[in-house]
Amino acid sequence: MNTIPIIENRIWNPECECMERRELEALQAKRLQEAVVRASRNPFYQEAFGRLKITPAQIHRLEDLQRLPLTTKEDLRDSYPLGFMGVPRNEIARYQGTSGTTGKPTWVAYTENDVENWSNLCARFLVSGGLKKEHTVQLSFGFGLFTGGFGLHFGIQKVGAAIIPISSGNSERQLTCMLDLSPEILICTPSYALKLMETIQAGDVDRSQLRLEHAYFGGEPWTESMRARIEEGLQIKCWNNYGLAEVQGPGISGECAYRNGMHIQEDHFIFEVIDPETLEPLPDGERGEIVVTPLCREGFPVIRYRTRDIGYIFNDGACPCGRTTRRMSRILGRTDDMLIIRGVNVFPSQIETALMRIDAVAPHYMIEVSRPEAMDTVTVHIEIKPELFSDSMREMHAIKKEIVATIMQITGLRMEVNLVSPKTLARFEGKAKRVIDHRNLVD
Amino acid sequence: MKINQISLFLENKPGHLNAICRTLASNNINIVTLSLADTQQFGIVRLIVEEWKRAQEVLEKAGHVVNVREVVAATVSDKPGGMAELLDTISKAGVNIEYMYAFTFRHGAEAVLIFRFDDPDRAINALRAAGRNVLDFITLFSN
Repeated sequence: MNTIPIIENRIWNPECECMERRELEALQAKRLQEAVVRASRNPFYQEAFGRLKITPAQIHRLEDLQRLPLTTKEDLRDSYPLGFMGVPRNEIARYQGTSGTTGKPTWVAYTENDVENWSNLCARFLVSGGLKKEHTVQLSFGFGLFTGGFGLHFGIQKVGAAIIPISSGNSERQLTCMLDLSPEILICTPSYALKLMETIQAGDVDRSQLRLEHAYFGGEPWTESMRARIEEGLQIKCWNNYGLAEVQGPGISGECAYRNGMHIQEDHFIFEVIDPETLEPLPDGERGEIVVTPLCREGFPVIRYRTRDIGYIFNDGACPCGRTTRRMSRILGRTDDMLIIRGVNVFPSQIETALMRIDAVAPHYMIEVSRPEAMDTVTVHIEIKPELFSDSMREMHAIKKEIVATIMQITGLRMEVNLVSPKTLARFEGKAKRVIDHRNLVD
Repeated sequence: MKINQISLFLENKPGHLNAICRTLASNNINIVTLSLADTQQFGIVRLIVEEWKRAQEVLEKAGHVVNVREVVAATVSDKPGGMAELLDTISKAGVNIEYMYAFTFRHGAEAVLIFRFDDPDRAINALRAAGRNVLDFITLFSN
């Protein structure tokens, strides 16, 4: 455990973040029961609780959590678009979205209270990573359905710092902004920070002209070696945080000044780690699939959501920062085939959906991901078949262009398309392995 | 009045074109002419063979993606300006050429041009009206 703080140790809400464990667990149990009451208003849990003969009154201790059913991304998809809502539509204040496994997004709804909680929870990890009221923040996450943009925006607003909502992309404009408005804080995906760093190091911008001090990274997995590289290259401190749209977005956990893992906001979320095969809970310290139960969500009261993220929870004594919460590791992988490309979640099944729009029977394909420099690039290798082949080069280019555009439409990402001869891509017994990922995403 | 051309997808890697030629050779099919269109990633090889149906079968059996397309074959005199004259006729008729290639083949002082037009019937009529020789499959392969 680190006992020396890297920056000044500050806490946004000591009352909640440093609550005595017994008090915290009692609060969790009380809020769990309320969450179950809210969940039981939607048809999915009504049916599931009915089948398991569970009534909210029976769920009053933390141990009762394991009697509740797990919820998967597929369950959300089957209840598309808004089957998981916990309140009538007129009480919803906001919708965000995240990638679905096929062509349609997963919609997530927030009430006014949800947005208020979200703002405060983001403020917690922002403050613990160094954000102060007097700072200016360059917020280079996409503003839109992606929870990163607005979630962080709400958090910064709560802290009272100045926001530059520059959104993602356009490196030249990002650097101009960094020079001219001199923000101390940068928020983006770690790979985008690497890209900006390389531009700065190439001599396009003089580092001494920048006031940058801290960065918060999220939206995609990264590693300690990436952190070391960026901290050295940009001469800043970088902070990790975790979140996913299905249970809120960012603000679920984040690092403190001591960097002893990410503190889980346990007054708002119950974390479990399960064995993804047996679904049995695993003790702290063991690596498995992270399962999250948000305790205060009104708009989208999901229970025991299987994140498919692999990590572990630990509590090796009290963290010197004063927070009493358990902490979690970095994300170490996935239990499904989801990829995170330039911060965007992509499922191979989305590529299949795109290809099936071009021709009813999808050709055999393979997705190759690499990070030649800072940014992820994706090539979709597609085995040519008669329906996709023409003797005219113009038509061949048109087909390729249509595939690229359809993939873009469904995933939001531009991918290279490479046509290859029939039967040249590897075949697999049983479940097809569609992805070759050359990136190093784990230390 | 059109002839059948077969075309194949060609991945840009060593031996692919050779594999196609080997398949045809082992089935005793002679390539009268071929043209290649390529990009960095892939190419299209277009072939004129007499037994196009059999060629298609053996190539498909060998795992290639084959497309059969009707193209127009016309002759021009094998001398300076021969082709320019013919192209004048085509452009006056307002027909676009998707692609073309040329070869000389058993026609003495004449060269054969193979065209894929966006409107082949209109092109054939214009060529005929200008007194051009448009070849059918039988004429192409007869002496």
